[in-house]
Amino acid sequence: MLAALTTLLVFQLLGEVIARALAWPVPGPVIGMALMFAMLVMRGGPGEDLRHTSTTLLQHLSLLFVPAGTGIVLYGDRLAAEWQPLLITVVGSTAITIVVTAWVLQRLLRRRTQSGQGPT
Amino acid sequence: MIAPRLNEIWVYLSASPLLGLTLTLVAYQAAYWLHRRAGFHPLANPVMLAVAMLVAVLLLTSTPYQRYFEGAQFVHFLLGPATVALAIPLYAQWPRLKAMAGPLLIALLAGSLTAALSAYTIGSLMGASHESLMSLAPKSVTTPIAMAVAERLGGLPSLTAVLVIATGILGAASARYLFNWLRIEDHAVRGFAIGIASHGIGTARALQVSEQAGAFAALAMGLNGLLTALSLPWILPWVERLLNR
Repeated sequence: MLAALTTLLVFQLLGEVIARALAWPVPGPVIGMALMFAMLVMRGGPGEDLRHTSTTLLQHLSLLFVPAGTGIVLYGDRLAAEWQPLLITVVGSTAITIVVTAWVLQRLLRRRTQSGQGPT
Repeated sequence: MIAPRLNEIWVYLSASPLLGLTLTLVAYQAAYWLHRRAGFHPLANPVMLAVAMLVAVLLLTSTPYQRYFEGAQFVHFLLGPATVALAIPLYAQWPRLKAMAGPLLIALLAGSLTAALSAYTIGSLMGASHESLMSLAPKSVTTPIAMAVAERLGGLPSLTAVLVIATGILGAASARYLFNWLRIEDHAVRGFAIGIASHGIGTARALQVSEQAGAFAALAMGLNGLLTALSLPWILPWVERLLNR
C-alpha cells in the first residue's frame, strides 16, 4: 500500500516536473499516467501491491471530484444570469459528442470486422 | 451554559480543516448510499448528489467556499495520484488498444472537434456571451487542461471548472440511454465515447460498469486532453473569424 502510493506520487511528480520544464500545456498527472503506462509495458504489468492500491483509489474516483464541484457556490450570479444558454449548450453538446464518437468508432470497427482485417 | 459552549465548538470547528474534510466524506457516503439504493441508476449520480448536499450546507451555515476547501483539499489532492493510477486499467487493455489504434485515433479526432465546435455553435445560437463561449469550448476535457485552455482563449477559467464538472455529470448520467438508442453494446466503444465527452467523471462511471469501459474511458480522457490543449487555442479563433466574417 505505502510502496504503491509512493510509486504513484513519484510518477505524478515526474509528470509535473516534465510539464514545467518543457512548458507543456498538459497537466503533470496526465504525463505521469503516460509514464506509468510506459513502465508497465516495459516491466510486463503491475505488481500485486500497485494493482490493489490503484483499484482501491479508482473505486471511488467520483469522490475526488466533489470538492471542485462544490465550487459552483462561487458562481451563483453568473449562473443566475446565463443559466439557460449554459445549460442547453452543455446538455446538447455533451449528447452530440457522445453520439458522434461512439457512432464513428462503432462504424470503423464494424467495417474492419466485415473486411476481415484483424481482431476487434 | 450550553449555548456559549456550542458557539465555542462551532468557532473551533469552522476554523479547522477537519470539518470540511469530514463533511465531504459524509456527503459522499450519503450520496453513494442513495446511488446504491437507486440501483446504481446513472441519473442518481453520486457527484451531483454530494455537491448538492454540500452546497446546501455551505449556504445554510454561510461558510465561505475557501474555508470549506481548506479541509476538502486533502480529498482534491488525491485526484493527481488517481489519474496516474488510471495507467493500470489501461495496461490491462493494451492488446485490444493496439489492435484498435487506427479507429481509436479517428474517433478521437471526430469526438474532440465535435465537443468544442458543438459547444461553440449551440452557445452562440443561444446567445451566450463571448466570455461564456470561450469558457464552454474546452468543457469536455479534464479540469486543469480545460482551465488553461479557457484562459488562453479569453474565457473565465473558474467558470470553466464548473462547466467541466456539469459536463462530466451530464455525460455520466445520460450516456447509457444514448448507447441503448444507438444499439452500441461494446464496452470499449461505450467507454471511449464517455471518456471523450465527459473526462474523469465519465471515467469514474465507466469504471463502475466494467474495467474495460473504464480503461477505454481513461485513454480517451488522456488523449482528448492532450489534443484539446494542443489544438483548441489555434482552431477556435480561426473558426470564430470564419463565422463572423
